[in-house]
Amino acid sequence: MSPVADLPVWAALATAFFLVAGSGLALIGSIGLVRLKTFYERVHAPTLGTTWGAGGILIASMIFFSVQQSRPVLHELLITAFVTVTTPVTLMLLARAALYRDRAEERQAELDRQAAMDADPKS
Amino acid sequence: MSGIVLVWAVGVAQIFLLAAMGCNVWRMIRGPRAQDRVLAFDALYVNGMLLLLVFGIRTGAALYFEMALVIALLGFVSTAALAKFLMRGEVIE
Repeated sequence: MSPVADLPVWAALATAFFLVAGSGLALIGSIGLVRLKTFYERVHAPTLGTTWGAGGILIASMIFFSVQQSRPVLHELLITAFVTVTTPVTLMLLARAALYRDRAEERQAELDRQAAMDADPKS
Repeated sequence: MSGIVLVWAVGVAQIFLLAAMGCNVWRMIRGPRAQDRVLAFDALYVNGMLLLLVFGIRTGAALYFEMALVIALLGFVSTAALAKFLMRGEVIE
């Protein structure tokens, strides 16, 4: 706990605010992941954690390390850029895979029903 | 005074992120289909990365930043590979 003691008050307050806000948004996104009903609703929930959740904690980290080392520490921007670029890509890939699987299942159910009708035309 | 505020904020953030990871693990175990599990896995990676960053603020060491970067890279690659697997049944064709 020693390295956090010698920070000016404004830096400590800003870091604390961004930490709590970011982790709270990540928690809200994960609760949405549990509570929403269908997959296509659920795919939206974790983006709350990857945009402002990650953004808040990375801003807090930037403020903390910049003030602690008395020089601008901006390497957190790497993670910010990377997460911002990759999250939509992964979620679009996942949603398309889910759509493909749902359609394939519907087609298979239709084929099964037709096969059953052909085998037993009276029913 | 500022130290106390920061220590409490770090503790609260760690508890929030652990609760978020618990929610993700619940969805990963419970998830009705494979795509729900992959989605929960991706969210688990992101929350684990954020938890490592909070650890970095707590200890004041810059080492945790590199771990978080590696975890972000691995999370992207693994989720993309799993989505491809769900789509085609193979990862490398």
